[in-house]
Amino acid sequence: MRPPQRYASLVDDFDAFRAACDRPLPSVVRVNTLKASVDRARRALDDAGVGYEAVEWHPGLFRLDERGPGTSWPYFHGWLHGQEEVSTLPALALDPQPGEVVWDACAAPGSKATQLSALMDDEGVVIGNDNNLGRLSALRHNAERLGITNLAVTNQDARNFSLKPFGDRGTDPERIEQFDRALVDAPCSCEGTIRKNPDAFEEWSLGHVEGVAGVQRGILRRAVDATRPGGTVVYSTCTFAPEENEAVLDHVLDRGDCEVVAWEPPAGFETDPGVTEWGEETYDPAVERAHRVYPHRNDTGGFFCAKLEVTA
Amino acid sequence: MSDPDGDAPEGPDGDAPEDPNGDAPEGPDAAPPDNDSHRFDRLPATAADRVVPGRPTRAEVVAWWDERYGIPPETWGGHTFWERGNGKLWAFAGAVVTPVDAEGLGLRILRTRQEHWKPSTNAVQRFGGAATRNVVVLERDEAVRFARGDDQELPRWDGDWGYVIAAHETAGAVEPIGVGLYLHGELRSTVPKGRREELG
Repeated sequence: MRPPQRYASLVDDFDAFRAACDRPLPSVVRVNTLKASVDRARRALDDAGVGYEAVEWHPGLFRLDERGPGTSWPYFHGWLHGQEEVSTLPALALDPQPGEVVWDACAAPGSKATQLSALMDDEGVVIGNDNNLGRLSALRHNAERLGITNLAVTNQDARNFSLKPFGDRGTDPERIEQFDRALVDAPCSCEGTIRKNPDAFEEWSLGHVEGVAGVQRGILRRAVDATRPGGTVVYSTCTFAPEENEAVLDHVLDRGDCEVVAWEPPAGFETDPGVTEWGEETYDPAVERAHRVYPHRNDTGGFFCAKLEVTA
Repeated sequence: MSDPDGDAPEGPDGDAPEDPNGDAPEGPDAAPPDNDSHRFDRLPATAADRVVPGRPTRAEVVAWWDERYGIPPETWGGHTFWERGNGKLWAFAGAVVTPVDAEGLGLRILRTRQEHWKPSTNAVQRFGGAATRNVVVLERDEAVRFARGDDQELPRWDGDWGYVIAAHETAGAVEPIGVGLYLHGELRSTVPKGRREELG
């Protein structure tokens, strides 16, 4: 069975789910608080005659009346960044603090990495990695336009990410040996992007889901290994398939060096719990603490997000 | 990447073709390090600490922003400075080992190892708000032309020639737009192609 029918048993109001999948997604911008306050960005949008409404659950997110923020002064100044509303969740869950060392394992084109930098007040280090060199130029371009100075960009396979370029296993006092926090916003089958990519379901195949799940497990394992005990790892995808979500969490939980912790999105943002059964499979009950985001709940794209604590 | 500097054509700090210093390797006093596009070397604190000939020092960089634009030295208190390739300087918000092998390290702020150092559009947007000198505040239509990448006559400017900060008033305060090159009564826009916008 293919999406969306494939998920009829998981979703309460399947008709509303399917109807939402058919609607185009609003165009949303995030205020880059490193360059402008939310109030000043709002004033600039007003002055430019750009219509918008504030997103109730997240200050600094605006839904634009029309498509594309690219031709306005606040965008030119790097005060705004186009970012899908739901994709601001993982950085909020990770909650990075100024001065920390944070890894974004799959960072291009940079919406979440630049949000991490802003949440850290541009202090500390964000290592933004991506294995796709072409997409890295978009990451660098976005980060520079937003004026970010705490981002180091690397081009490695996240599954085998090495901190050697940062002095790991050396003696330099400024070496980086592990992360305080890591974000794994994993490559996925992107079912949840159906509202902006109408082909997302057409291109779907179970083979792809199963293949990409192997990559996801590898990246999440590396993130847990490279994060210090007591540190935080957030796992997210923009897809509904439990094979790529709860099953991946279940895999790392089996290793015994991390746990899923409770985390609540901001008030007003509605999610569904992770599922513990799918087909023949059953998953660790802790995956219920993860969040499924269905498009009809908050009028966003689809998403999955879980917060883990590294225990050993 | 095909470009040895690792800059995509739409890169954030492409040089405008009008740049009088061009992109060519620099003059006789510059003995550049190898042009390894991934290697970032931390700048020496002062000339006494300098090992690589021609490499600018942190003290020189901080003083340059102060002398040219009045940007206070403490602006850079939380940043380390790095050179990648020949004379391209980056500001990074932390301290990491040197040299470090990376695709990017913070924000590219300045082109050195040429007669006239050239700040980047992105550096001026981020840090130029603290400037007190060589800031050309443009009127509405002038700002639109500048952001489009157009050169324009601007005889009313009676400040220094060379690289200036072009700014305009927006949302209640003066905000830097980018880097202009002022010569012979003309303000040339160096906004890189990938950053130009039609804002009229």
